Amino acid sequence: MRHLRAAAAITLAISVAAGVTGCGGGTSSDGGSNESPKTLTYWASNQGPSIEADKKILTPELKKFEKETGIKVKLEVVPWADLLNRILAATTSGQGPDVLNIGNTWSASLQATGALLPWDDKNFEAIGGRDRFIDSAVASAGKEGEPPAAVPLYSLSYALYYNKKMFADAGITTPPATWEQLVKDGKKLSKDGKWALGAEGSNLSNNIHQTFVLGQQHEADFFDAEGKADFTSDGAVAAVKQYVDFMAKDKIVAPGNAEYAQNQSLTDFAKGKTAMVLWQAAATTFAAQGMKPEDWGVAPVPVPAGAPGAGKQTNSMVAGINMAVFKNTKNIDGAKEFVKFMTSDEEQKILCKTYGSIPPVKAAQEDPAFAAPELKVLRDTLATSAAPLPQVPNESQFETAVGTAVKELFADAAAGKPVTTESVKARLEKAQQTMQQ
Amino acid sequence: MTATVTTDPRVDKSARGTSRGSGGARRRLPRIPDRIRRGGLPYLLLLPAVLLELLIHLIPMIVGIVMSFRQLTQFFISNWGAAPWTGLENYSIAVDFDAPIGEALLHSFFVTCVFTFFAVGLAWLFGVTAAILLQENFRGRGFLRAVFLVPYALPVYAAVITWAFMFQRDNGLVNHVLHDQLGLTDQPSFWLIGDNSIYALIIVSVWKGWPFAFLMLMAALQNIPRELYEAASIDGAGIWQQIRRITLPSLRPVNQVLVLVLFLWTFNDFNTPYVLFGKSAPANADLISIHIYQSSFVTWNFGTGSAMSVLLLLFLLVVTAVYLFFTSRGRKGSRA
Repeated sequence: MRHLRAAAAITLAISVAAGVTGCGGGTSSDGGSNESPKTLTYWASNQGPSIEADKKILTPELKKFEKETGIKVKLEVVPWADLLNRILAATTSGQGPDVLNIGNTWSASLQATGALLPWDDKNFEAIGGRDRFIDSAVASAGKEGEPPAAVPLYSLSYALYYNKKMFADAGITTPPATWEQLVKDGKKLSKDGKWALGAEGSNLSNNIHQTFVLGQQHEADFFDAEGKADFTSDGAVAAVKQYVDFMAKDKIVAPGNAEYAQNQSLTDFAKGKTAMVLWQAAATTFAAQGMKPEDWGVAPVPVPAGAPGAGKQTNSMVAGINMAVFKNTKNIDGAKEFVKFMTSDEEQKILCKTYGSIPPVKAAQEDPAFAAPELKVLRDTLATSAAPLPQVPNESQFETAVGTAVKELFADAAAGKPVTTESVKARLEKAQQTMQQ
Repeated sequence: MTATVTTDPRVDKSARGTSRGSGGARRRLPRIPDRIRRGGLPYLLLLPAVLLELLIHLIPMIVGIVMSFRQLTQFFISNWGAAPWTGLENYSIAVDFDAPIGEALLHSFFVTCVFTFFAVGLAWLFGVTAAILLQENFRGRGFLRAVFLVPYALPVYAAVITWAFMFQRDNGLVNHVLHDQLGLTDQPSFWLIGDNSIYALIIVSVWKGWPFAFLMLMAALQNIPRELYEAASIDGAGIWQQIRRITLPSLRPVNQVLVLVLFLWTFNDFNTPYVLFGKSAPANADLISIHIYQSSFVTWNFGTGSAMSVLLLLFLLVVTAVYLFFTSRGRKGSRA
């Protein structure tokens, strides 16, 4: 009997405990408060070679912040594959971190959820003012005309990386400045199992980054002024076709690249299988794959021949990471203080040097370290010829829909199926129809 | 223990109607009333399971069904309550097969049906073949049994990632064997994009699923009395006749459950296509689970995604009910 009773008591206890934990939680408020001013939770994105490396890089800085302010920051580095889902879950449940990193292309989408603290003039003032940041970086932090949903933290842009030896062997002296030249050089380079250009055909985001820039060069924005999808304009079709044609028509991209999605094109580059890649801050990866800095060169991404020409024509997206604060934080002042710390001139120099990115803070950019050849190209591109991806709430849908269309076109090209203006338009038409407004 | 149990009911009865637990309260813990102990204890013991079932399965399911009637996009995820009710609009979008979203869903549904048919069929066939072959006692039988179960024991993600490597066009093992060594193809084939992707999916799914069929059927085969085979062979039945007349009919009850479980797992499988193909599967391998994931998480339209999930749930319920109805009727018939 005693056993029976004990069993009953235990089951009851477990049930009650399960019930309590199940129903517990869920205290979300809208305003943000200063209920727990001594702690902060921070989700960092994975910027270094690994999660562990990021922890090692960030922890001393967080200790510094704790020493200055007495606020303890609990750090979690979230891998890119999980970050957006984690943010969505945090938004839905109201149980998120206080401060977090977001990919800047998500800014407008996350802004639309209303869960992030808007960076109006007052909030910007608290971290030293909006003027401290580069305009294009702030423009990539939310919808135009609304207070940004985040603050720029690390900036990046695309550049053309090329293998010096392969260029010399093919008798090419300078990196191509126009697409016409790139294709011409590319045909010289693509032989004997080697290829001119690398692509990540199955990586939806990368497909978007590349075709968006080509779209800008063809005067296509992919969204109209009201934020409605416009994927089938002549410019958009031409841009997508031009990108896929590097494989389909020009045959300067290896067919195998159609299934690349995990940076295999960088490995091919490091192994001397491909002569060029269009990438953002690739130096650390090349070094990790055993390339020496003198093996490769870097140049601005090519533009079409003719006006407006190099330096003026858009040739990169504004890539980068923004820092956001959840509105319902229990330490709103501390969160702003932390953003201020992370975007201070000194921290920007330290972190961007480590990560190989460009500081979006003007004063920090002046540091001579950012004038090294690779970073100078990235910095100049950001300053003069980079454009933010469409800052519309359904940007995420756009990446999936159009990114998949490009992926499928690459698959066609790789299988030897024809890629025509009609087939490109049909895929984009389908992509556009799946966009729910 | 026994003594306490036998005496307790009497004590309880005598205590009924008086102030309960007053006298012996210090010595004995408050007692569970007889009625509850007799009739209610099973329910009490079930309570944790029921509560957890509610928490983990039923409540999320109900929330999902509610979501399917709302326009739950990114504008409302931080405050669900504000998402407008849309009635059946999400459903009409999902089943409007002339419009792109419905058409894509229907396509995905057909792909999933074809995939499930082959994946379950082959997994069962391999499972039953291996189970029958390993019934005979021979050297190395234990070793083979263990080896056959390896795919089932491996973590799904690790195993499928390995397959994804093997299916790579330029550096993968599959093309290395088929193209480089055997010369069966003119050009290295793509497995992870394009038309072949469904084959890659079926191969991985069968590889992953058949050990379970093997395990279940092997256990079931142990229960068939050997005398039946002996009698059959005395009567002159060959191996095929023995399999057809004795083995398969005896396996029927196990097969009934096994095929249903494999069907449900395979139809709903998310891990395999997700790890093989990433967020957007090729059209030829666009399974319904990944299609729904894309419709909700990637495009942030949880209302439509939920509506699709509810439709999938209904479909699976109907299939299961029909399947159970026919198979159990058939069994009753054969018994009669």
